[in-house]
Amino acid sequence: MHWFANPARFMRIAEKALPWIAVAAVISTGAGLYQGLLVSPADYQQGETVRIMYVHVPSAWMAMFCYTMLAVASASFLIWKHPLADVAAQAAAPIGAAFTAMALVTGALWGQPMWGTWWVWDARLTSVLILFFLYLGYMALVNAFDEPERGARAGAILALVGVVNVPIIKFSVDWWNTLHQPASLTRLDAPAIDPAMLTPLLLMALGFQLYFFVVLIIRMRTLLAARRIRALHMMEPGD
Amino acid sequence: MKGFAAIIRRELKLALRQGSDAAVALMFYVVVVALFPLGVGPEPGILERISGGVVWIGALLAAMLSLDRLFQSDYEDGSLDLLVMAPWPLELMVLAKCLAHWLVTGLPIMLISPLLGLLLHMDTGAYMALLAAMALGTPILSLIGAVGAALVLGARRAGVLVSLLVLPLTVPVLIFGVAAVEAAAIGQDPQPHLLLLGALLLAALPLCPWAAAAALRQATA
Repeated sequence: MHWFANPARFMRIAEKALPWIAVAAVISTGAGLYQGLLVSPADYQQGETVRIMYVHVPSAWMAMFCYTMLAVASASFLIWKHPLADVAAQAAAPIGAAFTAMALVTGALWGQPMWGTWWVWDARLTSVLILFFLYLGYMALVNAFDEPERGARAGAILALVGVVNVPIIKFSVDWWNTLHQPASLTRLDAPAIDPAMLTPLLLMALGFQLYFFVVLIIRMRTLLAARRIRALHMMEPGD
Repeated sequence: MKGFAAIIRRELKLALRQGSDAAVALMFYVVVVALFPLGVGPEPGILERISGGVVWIGALLAAMLSLDRLFQSDYEDGSLDLLVMAPWPLELMVLAKCLAHWLVTGLPIMLISPLLGLLLHMDTGAYMALLAAMALGTPILSLIGAVGAALVLGARRAGVLVSLLVLPLTVPVLIFGVAAVEAAAIGQDPQPHLLLLGALLLAALPLCPWAAAAALRQATA
């Protein structure tokens, strides 16, 4: 971990890896879309709308993954003062918010034909909506200070406070008996989903994950450049 | 322990001598709740149905309004630096502050809520549940609010920002608080919801002062 703590070294390695990850993301998402939209069968109950799941489920997973990453990065920033951790956290937040918004919107699009309503105040939906507000609150707090350093530290504490919501989202479908269906993949026995549908789902999940790393590296590069510009401005004499 | 009592005494003295601050939050609470009959119409059936939620949302908003009293003035006049440097745990200081804040705003909100329930034709069976839920819920609002209030010290537009940060985190309090009142109103046992509120309070008691103290340390560093 500490070997990567040098921003210049990290960016050098990330720059080299970026095109490969980007190509892999395009291939994986492309294959996932082809499998999901053309190869996989329509559901016997849901019909063609089941294909929304190939976008909805990976975005919801990514929404949770991004927040977990945000919290882990915030913790390592607060505890070890890791110089890249706050950059990673700030870079991940808007991506996570976008994935959360996408999960909510695709869920609404699926819910209209299936449940007959765009939105229900079910435990899973409500806790994901709160996750979205947590992302927005984090971004607002980080940018609310004149000193960026203060914003980074305050945001890190808020990110750790918000972690209580992540297990609530995960287990909301088990704790409350509500409309949103329980987990189909992470069960002790075999996944309750046909391989023909599982393949596109996992391909899309991999593609989303790789896409996240592509955008994360680009955003971290931007934030590091902005930080250097600020430092150069401060060094300028007579300013 | 001596410091704990001293902080509470100081906060209560300040609140008493300034006087108006606590009263403003309470008046805000009454006005917000009084707006609902004007907004949704005065039919007793509708008001009775929504009374639990309205009373709780009003309490939530009033608690948000009073949060800047917690640390803001101490931050501005520098006494917060002295409190952080004091030779006893900062977490205890935060806990004392939360307790004083609850005594000044949470307790009056709790005591006046049955009266507002009466204005909204709340079912008479629900008053005890409302009081019990408020007694468990309003301290949680002070504790979670302390984290938000400590985080936004020195931020731009801190007053709006603190509501944005704290309100999503108070959703469980709202859900179980309203559930307890509504269960009692239709003749069911409110106890499960009250037990969940109690669990939330017990979780918030050690965790929130800890997080708020971390935020205060970085704000004064």
